[in-house]
Amino acid sequence: MFGVKRLLVIACFSATSVYALDGSPGLGQALDSAEITGIDISIDATGRNLPVGSGTALQGASVYEAKCLACHGAGAVGGENLADPLVGGIGTLTTDKPLKTVVSYWPYATTLFDYVRRAMPLNAPMSLADDEVYAVSAYLLFLGGVIEESHELNAETLPQVKMPNRDGFQSVWADR
Amino acid sequence: MKSTTENKLEKVAGNGLLGRRAFFQKGIVWLGASAAGVSMAATTGDAAPPWMKTPGAPLRGYGQPSPHTEATQRQLLQPYGTMAPGSGASVTPLQDLNGIITPNGLHFERSHNGVPAIDPEQHELFIHGLVGQPLKISYNDLLRYPTVTRTCFIECSGNGLFNANLADEPMQMPVGHLHGLMSTSEWTGVPLSLLLDEAGIEAGAAWLLAEGADPVAMSRSIPVSKAMDDAMIALYQNGEPVRPEQGYPMRLLLPGFEGNMQVKWLRRIKVTDRPTYTKDETSKYSDHLADGSSNLFSFTMGVKSAITRPALPYRMQGKGFYEITGLAWSGHGAVTRVEVSADGGTSWADAELSSPALSMSPVRFRSPWQWDGSPSVLMSRAHDNKGNVQMSRADWSVKYAAGHLYHNNSIQAWAIATDGEIKNVWS
Repeated sequence: MFGVKRLLVIACFSATSVYALDGSPGLGQALDSAEITGIDISIDATGRNLPVGSGTALQGASVYEAKCLACHGAGAVGGENLADPLVGGIGTLTTDKPLKTVVSYWPYATTLFDYVRRAMPLNAPMSLADDEVYAVSAYLLFLGGVIEESHELNAETLPQVKMPNRDGFQSVWADR
Repeated sequence: MKSTTENKLEKVAGNGLLGRRAFFQKGIVWLGASAAGVSMAATTGDAAPPWMKTPGAPLRGYGQPSPHTEATQRQLLQPYGTMAPGSGASVTPLQDLNGIITPNGLHFERSHNGVPAIDPEQHELFIHGLVGQPLKISYNDLLRYPTVTRTCFIECSGNGLFNANLADEPMQMPVGHLHGLMSTSEWTGVPLSLLLDEAGIEAGAAWLLAEGADPVAMSRSIPVSKAMDDAMIALYQNGEPVRPEQGYPMRLLLPGFEGNMQVKWLRRIKVTDRPTYTKDETSKYSDHLADGSSNLFSFTMGVKSAITRPALPYRMQGKGFYEITGLAWSGHGAVTRVEVSADGGTSWADAELSSPALSMSPVRFRSPWQWDGSPSVLMSRAHDNKGNVQMSRADWSVKYAAGHLYHNNSIQAWAIATDGEIKNVWS
């Protein structure tokens, strides 16, 4: 089987002894679709897997104040003894003082949603409701000058947000 | 005696670099080496040190380093201080280690929101996405799978950041700070290809999304080609279960790839057709170039070497013999050659390599050196079996934007002053 050959290849590279094996021992249990829905939190750049829900910057301001401000500071510009700035720096990437923020550097707005939902706030990850994640994402993109204050983000509109540095990346992996 | 010794030693490059076999030549007696005798004593005990004359410590269940080496510690880099003490890194104290293996307690750490306290009885590995049969495999069941063992390094792509494009002048800090986001272990675990075959990868699958069970659910996109080649679900590190800081109960091992991709506390693998463009592969571990654009997915760690002794934080202890030693590694393959210079790169000599070149495993290099007390600049330059050669810092730096700090595999130099002070210099 395919798996046997792979195993042998690795074993040869690592100079350990080689033995034949008829495939995987097959101890994995079936994972059903309900379980997958519960664990599959990743959102790719096309927005596949974005959850139901929506939010605007107007709604996100209060989420930011309650959940983010203490670390990221007023206006999300960071500061001394604060977390990284989230906005600002657009147009600086080609200068000798580049400021890499969500709005100046990140290629996809979907990544902002994905990361806030899985990791923020740092003292209580995964505690925000999906509507709150949409709203606070909208607030940061509004603060950074990427969208209008009334622009609603949802599963359809979020992937359509054109980030300023969207075309600033090239993959160097051969079989992308 | 000393001049006699010096006359017998072959000089192979400028400023006192000796032949790499200098140690093993017959007939050379280093100053002091034969003076180790002890004068005759009246009784057996008179000449014995006190620890030979009283019972030692009792047996114990898990050994610890000598109290005399308590200062050998990882140094902590916590950019957010007390606001997020688990977000940051700790570096391997390369200045106090020798050989190629890193002790488990000194393996560098990088975590984004602390080390999770995972109950192995509750931990499962999920595999889903473009597979015929989505799977969950408990930790205990995974322990029953066939295993492989290999020795390889893991290097954070931020290793070398302090000599990257962050600062205007070289920073003076221990070699562990400069290069200690690289550590080496013998890893044992289950080939990822075996598990992916069990799940059955479907047509169109090109990438994986690997995700950890830490409190940021760290996630990275990984090419299926790498996963099917030599990726491992590592369960053991240097023979014992993987340490919590390294991903207990299991981590992804991707030999030669940047450390951030080798997801610790591995919980979920989703097989996909495209990269996911996660936060850590776009906003962080991408390479900002001098023209303002950025490279994505620069996975492989470049060929690199560093001199770990003589090095900061120490000083020279007078002129005379020193062993110049350090580590060399390449994510492309095996290190085949390391050159050392004692005159700032004017002349070079091949160093002795510690072991046969293994792919993605470091070698320890050593060059004997007779320091005459004059100002000197020590450098090392590594080559790998894919034709890659470590480049100068100047050549590396101009490729990247100001402030860029990832994938700095350039040559590093230690300047040695007549008074014995060692400094990190750019040359």
